[in-house]
Amino acid sequence: MNGTLSHSPAQSAPFWNDPDKRAIIYQIIALAIVLSAGYYLFHNTRANLERQNIASGFKFLQKESAFEIGESLISYSAADSYGKALLVGVLNTLKVSFIGMILTVIIGTIVGISRLSTNWLVAKLSAIYIEVLQDIPLLLQLVFWYAIFYETFPSPRQAVNPMSGVFLTNRGIMFPIPASHPAHEFMFYAFLTACAAAFVLRRWARRRQDRTGKAFPVIRVSLGMLFSFPAVVWLFFGSPSGLSVPVLSGFNFEGGMTISPEFGALLLGLVLYTSAFVAEAVRAGIQSVSHGQTEAAMSLGLKPGLVLNLVILPQALRVIIPPLTSQMLNLTKNSSLAVAIGYPDFVSVANTTINQTGQAIEGIVLIMAVYLFLSLSTSLFMNWYSKKTAMVER
Amino acid sequence: METENNINPTGYDDVRPPVVHTGVIGWIRKNLFNSWFNSILTLIVLYALWKIIPMLIQWAFIDGLWMTGGAQCRAESDGACWSIITANFRFIIFGFYPQDSQWRPFVCMVLLTALLLVSRNRRYWKKPLGLAWIAGLIIMGVLMYGGVPGLERVESDKWSGLPLTMLLSVFGMVAAYPFGVLLALGRRSEMPAIKTICIFYIELIRGVPLISLLFMSSILFPLFLPEGLTINKILRAQAAIIMFTAAYIAEVVRGGLQAIPRGQYEAAESMGLSYYQKMRLVILPQALKIVIPPTVGILVSAFKDTSLVVVIALYDLLATAKSTLSNPEWMGFSVEAYIFIAIIYFICCYAMSNYSRRLERELETGR
Repeated sequence: MNGTLSHSPAQSAPFWNDPDKRAIIYQIIALAIVLSAGYYLFHNTRANLERQNIASGFKFLQKESAFEIGESLISYSAADSYGKALLVGVLNTLKVSFIGMILTVIIGTIVGISRLSTNWLVAKLSAIYIEVLQDIPLLLQLVFWYAIFYETFPSPRQAVNPMSGVFLTNRGIMFPIPASHPAHEFMFYAFLTACAAAFVLRRWARRRQDRTGKAFPVIRVSLGMLFSFPAVVWLFFGSPSGLSVPVLSGFNFEGGMTISPEFGALLLGLVLYTSAFVAEAVRAGIQSVSHGQTEAAMSLGLKPGLVLNLVILPQALRVIIPPLTSQMLNLTKNSSLAVAIGYPDFVSVANTTINQTGQAIEGIVLIMAVYLFLSLSTSLFMNWYSKKTAMVER
Repeated sequence: METENNINPTGYDDVRPPVVHTGVIGWIRKNLFNSWFNSILTLIVLYALWKIIPMLIQWAFIDGLWMTGGAQCRAESDGACWSIITANFRFIIFGFYPQDSQWRPFVCMVLLTALLLVSRNRRYWKKPLGLAWIAGLIIMGVLMYGGVPGLERVESDKWSGLPLTMLLSVFGMVAAYPFGVLLALGRRSEMPAIKTICIFYIELIRGVPLISLLFMSSILFPLFLPEGLTINKILRAQAAIIMFTAAYIAEVVRGGLQAIPRGQYEAAESMGLSYYQKMRLVILPQALKIVIPPTVGILVSAFKDTSLVVVIALYDLLATAKSTLSNPEWMGFSVEAYIFIAIIYFICCYAMSNYSRRLERELETGR
């Protein structure tokens, strides 16, 4: 009797007191609740759709969209399909996010470093910048900038002309760009080649430094290549320097490059708002590196530039990267607020599609899927990156 | 021999007095002109401020009009037209709420502010304050909705302006908090099915913008419900905000749970505490305390995010301002109206984030 008890105590306890069995029961209950709730919603939805005669499915993507989109990276007209319209939306979202990210990182870093400046005036101004922009809702900032563009800038006929060729109007900001020339395509390829060469050079320099201890000025040489490769191609094509200058014709400008008020306001709002958060992350990252590290590096005889490059930055970056990633993701997600000021981003195009076709479920599933894809792929990449740069501790 | 020639025959050193390090001049030298780079920077910044600030003061105050009509603003002055605020103050703040019952949302806001002010002090964080919050929220709900003797019923589609913004964020936070804690516990659970459900939920919600959830609430929720059953728009938006905020709270709380040393879990278990007792008595009190500052941060962003309900045509503070601007008399004074709204948001958020920083300092001394 005693023997059996000590060998299998579980037999004497009722099954609801056995943690393992209880865990299984809890999980079954949780799954049952989730599944039945899901089924209930699915059932209701199907009944509602049948009543409203809405056919579900993604067939509507091939139908003609019959609406125009204000700005597009690829050629698009109202005769194209809904699928293509949504693609235009995705590209617009990517465009504003990509440009926004670059500007945000630059401005955020500058403001974050200024926040720690020994110059009282600069430090205080950065603090005000961070505090004010963080504490005002992004949507409000967007409509504010849009109002500034739209209400205070004049019509094209009375355009403000601060520099020759640059015009500020309520139709957008116009400025000259180089006139299109076949050389540009080859310059782009030259630039890509330079990128690849810089990458190879960096690996070679690192290996040589590991082997011989000799450092190689990688950054300066890489920058030189990135600039000189396209420049050589440009010279080879006889240095085409024609400009496409915006000219007033009728009620609007033609030629040159135009930043629409919608895009301008969205970009400005996103960059200013997000850069305040990035600045905080940069400040925290720099402050996280203890002063002893700087002193230790200097006592080894490193020059100030090398101290920053080899000791401070690698350690600060490790602290900065995770919050920076989430801010970049926030920027991408927040670009969906474009719908409030009429920039044709993905959400805005999908919203129009939903209103025209009534395919609400498919539309919202598409919106969620696209953003989920962007978020998850970014965080996968960032996880890989932070694992790669993780500190190997003693 | 040569060194002797250098000795000053008068016996006095020809050394200049030391650089002043105290007083106003010392402060300026130390903080504004401590290197040639900083000196140039200071001069550039001062010049920019010298150009910008007088211009802004001229626009906002000297040329600004405060108590006129829109037409006068347009005709008379280049300055700011603050009259749009003074003339439409009631509408921007209270929106479509019936004018004769306006004291009700006003009392709600006073009550809420009082509760928040009392909650600032950590000495009061005890049961009575919790009960006061519950009572306060119920009173606010009753005051806004009415329907009891003496209070006329006000349908929720009339709720708008600042009270709507405050209700959405406060009720959103209060409801999302326990939900978020549950999700965090679920994510840390050892049961694979529960863990998967929680991870799936949290990552799904955090991966999509709030706007898509709001669209879902306004377009899809009606489809999800059985025929004949409808939920009003504000509640649906509120549900979306709660779902969204909960996922973010869950991640913050998870951080707190991870920061508690394993020894605490093991000690609680070896005392024979059940899972519920272990969490309630040992782990959560410590974990939730660590994450108070980031939680306030989430409260701030939830408050800011309520402004997104504009896109599903709810009339919060921003939307009432926008609809004032669509009145032909006041068209074109967006900048003034938006600055006013921005100041309201700024004061609220600044108070909250300042408080969170203070708490962070207070809580820093051990657990």
